[in-house]
Amino acid sequence: MARRMLEGSQGVAQAVALCHPAVICAYPITPQTHIVAELADMVASGELKAEYVNAESEHSAASIVLGASATGVRTFTSTSSQGLLLMGEVLFNIAGMRLPVVLTCVNRAVSAPLNIWNDQQDSLSLRDSGVIQLYAENNQEAADLIYLAYRVAEDHRVLLPAMVCLDGYILSHAWEAVEIPTPKEVDAFLPPYSPLYKLDPEAPLTLGMYANPELYTEARYMLQRAMEEAITAIQETSHSFELIFSRPMPGILEEYRTEDATTVLLGMGSLVSVAKEVADELRGQGEKVGVVKLVSYRPFPKEMVWEALKGASDVLVLEKGISLGSAGPLLLDVRSACHHRPHQPRVSGFVCGLGGRDVTRQTIKAALAEKELVDARFLDLKADLELEGMGQASRDKQPALARGARRKRAPRKEGINSA
Amino acid sequence: MKLTIGAVGLPGTSRQNKTGSWRINQRPNFLHIRCTACDLCALACPDGCIYGNGRNTYYSDYEYCKGCGNCAAVCPVDDIEMEPEKGGLPQGVFVFYDENEFRHMSTA
Repeated sequence: MARRMLEGSQGVAQAVALCHPAVICAYPITPQTHIVAELADMVASGELKAEYVNAESEHSAASIVLGASATGVRTFTSTSSQGLLLMGEVLFNIAGMRLPVVLTCVNRAVSAPLNIWNDQQDSLSLRDSGVIQLYAENNQEAADLIYLAYRVAEDHRVLLPAMVCLDGYILSHAWEAVEIPTPKEVDAFLPPYSPLYKLDPEAPLTLGMYANPELYTEARYMLQRAMEEAITAIQETSHSFELIFSRPMPGILEEYRTEDATTVLLGMGSLVSVAKEVADELRGQGEKVGVVKLVSYRPFPKEMVWEALKGASDVLVLEKGISLGSAGPLLLDVRSACHHRPHQPRVSGFVCGLGGRDVTRQTIKAALAEKELVDARFLDLKADLELEGMGQASRDKQPALARGARRKRAPRKEGINSA
Repeated sequence: MKLTIGAVGLPGTSRQNKTGSWRINQRPNFLHIRCTACDLCALACPDGCIYGNGRNTYYSDYEYCKGCGNCAAVCPVDDIEMEPEKGGLPQGVFVFYDENEFRHMSTA
């Protein structure tokens, strides 16, 4: 085990290299590029024995790792934002074919407007794809989740693609001390990939073939069951990780000062660090505030989330994305986890840190100051910015609950539609 | 029958899946009277299930024919007519997994 000062991207690249992928394929996109650039250097220098394939798009990159994984080898790709959305069509196929491809999503906002900075709208938008999604709080976790992702994805109970999500720039471009295990330790943790089926010209197979209405439902049912199995696999694998690497691995979730907490902040990724600081500060003032860091967003560990929240009276879900027209997707899951339970807490949803706007202690304190039950309260809106057709972007204008627009519809202007 | 993880199967399932079961109520009848072997029916068949070699030899494979009628419509000598379905349609089977054939494919 060596402790080294590394950029988040480098930590991930070193972790990937230690897992010996046979095929790496990616298309460059900011802020992900450093990861695959680092891996390309390792392959070019001979340090890493792998096939590095340059693709002409993310759709192709995902298709190439799909094909490579189908031949029974370990693969890796990485992307961000628009690139992940372009991969989306293929990711559903990778999941349906039950191929344990591991990828990283360096989280970045989605256009338009064009924005290269961090939020989590890209990966949140692919929650239904059948890809396991694990969110890292810091650079150590980003690297550690790579080892975990491979082992869980390749578990024969699971056999699903897994995506490690790390916040763009905040983690990918920040330098932190990261413990990198020795190859021997990684080999002890991660056995070689043993595929259930593999493409072989000597014994041809077809994968993810046509399923008519008589079979498609069952194929989807098998995917759902595999996702449920993944919760157990992540728990067991996290335990094994802790034994071999001697450091904590909250593969499902982490509870921070929640023992007697009446108010719990729940989030994913780097904003959890800020939430922990706020919790510490408020604990110092005698307020019972705790934090739940969700690592495994898909599969969503409903029972464990409830266990972590059941003592609280108020839960504040902070997320860097929104299901437009509804609320934050994480809020919906957390509310669902609390539904039909005895003494369920009040669960409010907050949208923050979009397109690279910093999530600060003030951001989280603003959420804590909210007294009403809210679904999709945007934090840190600029009160002095005029929004065309809406007036000032003041938070007071937001409805307490997303009940739909209450504004009177503007009278239709004659001549526009009839022209 | 067994549904495999990842819907993995043996190749050649297009042949095993008897899509002629999709036919509704008509199918082409090749009269073999005026056929000039122009091959237009085979070319127009969206399923590629019309075969023939020489005059008055063309036929549609009813196990896959959908009864669309394209062949009858393009025949320049009206030697194909659509007729009501006779007898039973092919059984629409779909094979993902055959225990005996498939065992050696699995590496587990």
